[in-house]
Amino acid sequence: MTANAHLVSEEVEELHNREPKGKSLYVGHKAPWHIEAIKVVILGICCLAVIGPFVMVLSTSFADPVQIGRGGGLVLWPENPSWEAYRAIFAGGQVTRALLISVFVTVVGTFVSLMVTAMLAYALSRKQMLFNKIILMGLLLTMLFSAGMIPLYLTVKGFGLLDSLWSLIIPVAVSAFNTIVMRQFFQNLPDDLTEAASIDGASEMRIFFSIILPLSKPILAAIGLFYAVNYWNTFFSALLYINDQEKYPIQLVLRQYLINNQAIGVDIDLMGELPPPQPALQMAILVVSLVPIACVYPFLQKHFTKGMLTGAVKG
Amino acid sequence: MSATATAEPEVSTTPVGPVSSKSTKTFMQKLRRDWGLLLFALPGVLVILCFQYIPLLGNVIAFKDYQPFIGILDSDWVAFDNFSILFNGDPAFLNALKNTMIITFLQLLFTFPVPIVLALLMNSLISNGFKRAVQSILYLPHFLSWVVVVALFQHVLGYNGPLENFMAAIGGPAPEIIGNPGFFKPLLVLQDIWKNAGWGTILFLAALSGIDQNLYEAAAVDGASRWRQLWHVTLPGIRPVVILILILRIGDILSVGFEQIVLQQPAVGLEASEVLDTYVYNNGIIGGEWGISAAVGLVKGVIGVILVLGANKLAHMFGEAGIYQGAAK
Repeated sequence: MTANAHLVSEEVEELHNREPKGKSLYVGHKAPWHIEAIKVVILGICCLAVIGPFVMVLSTSFADPVQIGRGGGLVLWPENPSWEAYRAIFAGGQVTRALLISVFVTVVGTFVSLMVTAMLAYALSRKQMLFNKIILMGLLLTMLFSAGMIPLYLTVKGFGLLDSLWSLIIPVAVSAFNTIVMRQFFQNLPDDLTEAASIDGASEMRIFFSIILPLSKPILAAIGLFYAVNYWNTFFSALLYINDQEKYPIQLVLRQYLINNQAIGVDIDLMGELPPPQPALQMAILVVSLVPIACVYPFLQKHFTKGMLTGAVKG
Repeated sequence: MSATATAEPEVSTTPVGPVSSKSTKTFMQKLRRDWGLLLFALPGVLVILCFQYIPLLGNVIAFKDYQPFIGILDSDWVAFDNFSILFNGDPAFLNALKNTMIITFLQLLFTFPVPIVLALLMNSLISNGFKRAVQSILYLPHFLSWVVVVALFQHVLGYNGPLENFMAAIGGPAPEIIGNPGFFKPLLVLQDIWKNAGWGTILFLAALSGIDQNLYEAAAVDGASRWRQLWHVTLPGIRPVVILILILRIGDILSVGFEQIVLQQPAVGLEASEVLDTYVYNNGIIGGEWGISAAVGLVKGVIGVILVLGANKLAHMFGEAGIYQGAAK
């Protein structure tokens, strides 16, 4: 079975690797060096515009009060780097709590989404199943319309989910697009395995958990990452459904401190030092909120690019 | 074990095999056969029903004088009263509509072409390593939340930020970018480009790499300069994808970034920043004008669906020109 799993995933890899290894377009005339230089400079500036702010954010989060007092806002490079700002925000205040909440929502949400999506996709991949057409149609239609903010809010309220962390998970647990992509993957798995298993008397449950899921690790990883980033970045749902400050996820706390510029309290033993300045605290919160994204980004980039291309190819 | 395995196939392949066509089974038999699968689909189906279709029905409050304490069912019917806001020249609504249209227009004009230009630049680079590095960097902002993007812009371009300090150092005028209602719409476009332009190049890059290399050779043999190759080979090669994405974009004409705008609204005021989505949010969720804001949301939604369907139809018409083949290679 492991050999088979390899075969399948290699096939999928093969499908995805159609992105050609970029040959130079202008075959006849090699671009003159000065044109190439201009292109490199333009793209370099674009990259600087993306990277620059992050460098300053990171530097400022380590900067000491004296330097920030001199320069004002962000600094380019910390002269006397210190961890005080991080110590302060991890001292157990609102930021720590919001981080824990966001971790909970992301972990639980991703797990729930993956399970529900995979199970629905598996059922839909069996074309002879009763109601298959109706369910598929109902799912596809959700890509065309959205019910609107007010009715959605009232529905979530009606289910008693206001101010519950589940309001950030359940309403967005299933994405039609992801389900369709996963269904496509399941349909491309060889039938022999499931048939053999069902001949041996294995239940659907068993086929799904011990044959289908282990074969589907690549797609589960890709779609899981997609869900995880969305849960971590969740802002709209939290803005609508979470009023209790005790239950704010990190994005609402970011808004509170970095956009509305609410003052951040410092509750640590300073040992006679100056407290970390507000900009350092703000940027430390920002850095911490970016760590999970930075960790998964290398994988994201690989999977997302493939996903986008498959999506485009399949229509 | 092997004995049962050889004996059983005749018994159990019949129900699952392709021979058992729909017509030969009754509803109850199929239900008995598929109940396991249906149980699998159930959680997903429930989520879709509860949070996509029930809210859809909830749009009836657009036709009611909804009072939260009475409930949706018992609130009075008011027919189209709530929709009068669309036609009676309410200044707040007209302002929201005006801002939405201006922002959408600016986005189409300035945001849309940027990924195409970027993709052309990236694709024609000689060095593959540099190209890959550029891609890794430019894709990144797509995965940041709007909260992070808006915060970055405020702190870099705003009060006491590096830009202001730099301008002060060279003796230039103080930049009034953040919190300036007059510059709010260009700022939105700028943020949108910063966040999404890099990611937007993916489809164009795929289309570009799908162009037949022989065409370039043929053009070069015929003495076409690099600019003429760009004009006669490259641009026609990606035209189908450009048209497709433009058409799909049309479906979103009335949605111009709720999160992005609602975050910055306190700084610049409603006059410059109110759009249809924030109008619904501010008047409904915050203001308690449930019926009216639901009516505005419903009209926006219906127009959205019409635009999406129309755009899909157009996309299919253009689809015959081979959009998918272009992206596939």
